[in-house]
Amino acid sequence: MRSSAEEGIRRKPGDWGEQVGFSFDLVINALIAGILLGGFYAAVTLGVSISFGILDIVNIAHPAFIILGSYIAYIVNTRLGIDPIVVSVVMLPVFYLLGAGIYQVYYESFEKHGQDALRGLSFFFGLLFVTEVMLILVFGVDYRYVEAPYIGPSWRLGVMDFPLRMLVPCLAALAMFGVLQIILSYTFIGRAISAVAQDQLALRLMGASPTRIKRIAFGISIATTAVAGALLIIIQPVEPSVGREYIGRVFAICVLGGLGSLPGTVIAAMLLGIIESFTATFYGPSWAPAVAFGVLLLTLAFRPAGLLGR
Amino acid sequence: MRTRVFLLVSIAVAAVVFFAARMVNNDYVFFAGYTILQFIVLATAWNILGGYTGYVNFGSAAFFAMGAYSTVFFHKAFPMPIPILILIGGVVSGVVGFGMGYLTLRLRGAFFAIATLALAVVLQTLVVNWDYVGGSRGAYIIRPNDIAWLGPYIQYLFLLMLTLVVVSLTIARWIERSQLGYGFATIRDDELAAEASGVPTLKLKLVATTISGALMGMAGAPFPYYIGYLQPSSAFGLEYAVNSIAMPMIGGTTSWVGPLIGAILLGSLQQIATVTISSAVNLLIVGLLLVAFVIIAPNGIVGLVQGWMRRREK
Repeated sequence: MRSSAEEGIRRKPGDWGEQVGFSFDLVINALIAGILLGGFYAAVTLGVSISFGILDIVNIAHPAFIILGSYIAYIVNTRLGIDPIVVSVVMLPVFYLLGAGIYQVYYESFEKHGQDALRGLSFFFGLLFVTEVMLILVFGVDYRYVEAPYIGPSWRLGVMDFPLRMLVPCLAALAMFGVLQIILSYTFIGRAISAVAQDQLALRLMGASPTRIKRIAFGISIATTAVAGALLIIIQPVEPSVGREYIGRVFAICVLGGLGSLPGTVIAAMLLGIIESFTATFYGPSWAPAVAFGVLLLTLAFRPAGLLGR
Repeated sequence: MRTRVFLLVSIAVAAVVFFAARMVNNDYVFFAGYTILQFIVLATAWNILGGYTGYVNFGSAAFFAMGAYSTVFFHKAFPMPIPILILIGGVVSGVVGFGMGYLTLRLRGAFFAIATLALAVVLQTLVVNWDYVGGSRGAYIIRPNDIAWLGPYIQYLFLLMLTLVVVSLTIARWIERSQLGYGFATIRDDELAAEASGVPTLKLKLVATTISGALMGMAGAPFPYYIGYLQPSSAFGLEYAVNSIAMPMIGGTTSWVGPLIGAILLGSLQQIATVTISSAVNLLIVGLLLVAFVIIAPNGIVGLVQGWMRRREK
């Protein structure tokens, strides 16, 4: 079974050797790798926490937009040599508009006519599928990667190892979390978004349009995928179907974090990152994708409200 | 029409299809036909849960692959005739469906949908790590050459799949007209109201997931013999998940006719596109058709035809 460990592409240098012994270095580095990975998972999930957690729109196409973000970062990076994170920040408005447009279609076709969850879900599933196949048709199924000065070197603190390729995405993700949290808690529009989740009728009575606010919120949720996509392609080479691995993870984190709570999302993401990192270190990386599902099922079965649920 | 009459009629139609295919006497007809028949079973199975109760299953590929891999396992452990393997595949996938449903169906519908998506990833991980059934390298299944009383082996597989089509359509139609079907419809229309009027919703949903999962597993069980070399990525292919959703959605989800029409149309279209253009393009066609139909014609082709007939009556 251990032989299958060789094929893991997400394997990070310095995390683990082939030793089976239970050494302190191994544990501490698995923990660090898990926290850094978790930070990145938070970036991937924040958007779903807004769309699924707050707006109740089950956007399972979210990972497809992340892959789209990765490919845009890849194109600009290889053509012009610009840093992928900078590219993604520039792309934010474009992704925002894309999200707002998709919400408009979703609203006109499904939400307006009552809660037809079946068709809404199929719509997003179709979007996921179409995006993936289009990317395959344009770019093929080769793995693509970006170049940046922080891919490769790593900081060492005693026995602790901080690969910059993981550290930079983690910090970027935390920065994004900070910005989103400030928007949601302190700005008018952010408070309106929370209000949409609580009581749409009351919001309408205050003279605000729930549709408009949901459109803005969904736009923000898709905008986060531009950044998450750039972070993804920094961490690992990307091909179109990579996104599928993230569907389980993203929703597991979102549910575990208590739908719609951003701090809960970050904590849950770190937790999943740590569990996955330990699984990969001690059982081999090919088992890591199963972890998210286990976490999801256990959460759904025992604590559907999540860690910080309302 | 009584269920028994329907069964007899569909057996007669199936017999006509089989003998017509034999008249052409070209193996390609059987290979292409098998795929379409397989999609009819998958689409009908999906619709029993998705169309009748309104719970979306994105993990059709997982149930299909469970059937296929149980065949691989028993092919190596104790070889048995395929009809028995089909039953075993049905039991395995039915049990998985029941377990899934039991853990997630007490929550909102979206959780079930997400859990089925995640289930596919996890089962694939398990299979990739399970060397006995071939692991990530895949497994070879050597197909017997001929069947004495029938001819080439593919004709035997075709006949088995045709039988499964008859079985699944009869079950779907029977459910639709039975008390069970009315129970399912109340769940789809308003689960809370159904619960309040004493419909045992959880029990009904579990029945639906089990039947639907079992039929998908049965569709998958002969697959290793058909393909000859089974890899996790082909058994868990996303095209099974997307097709088994797209076909009922395009045909129409409210009756057994919808998945049948959708599967025949979309299945034939894909066979043509695969031969003439490329297999990536045919998946794109399916995806685009799914999105278009969901937005423009929410009740599928059956809904369009019904609307047109109603307008003509006026």
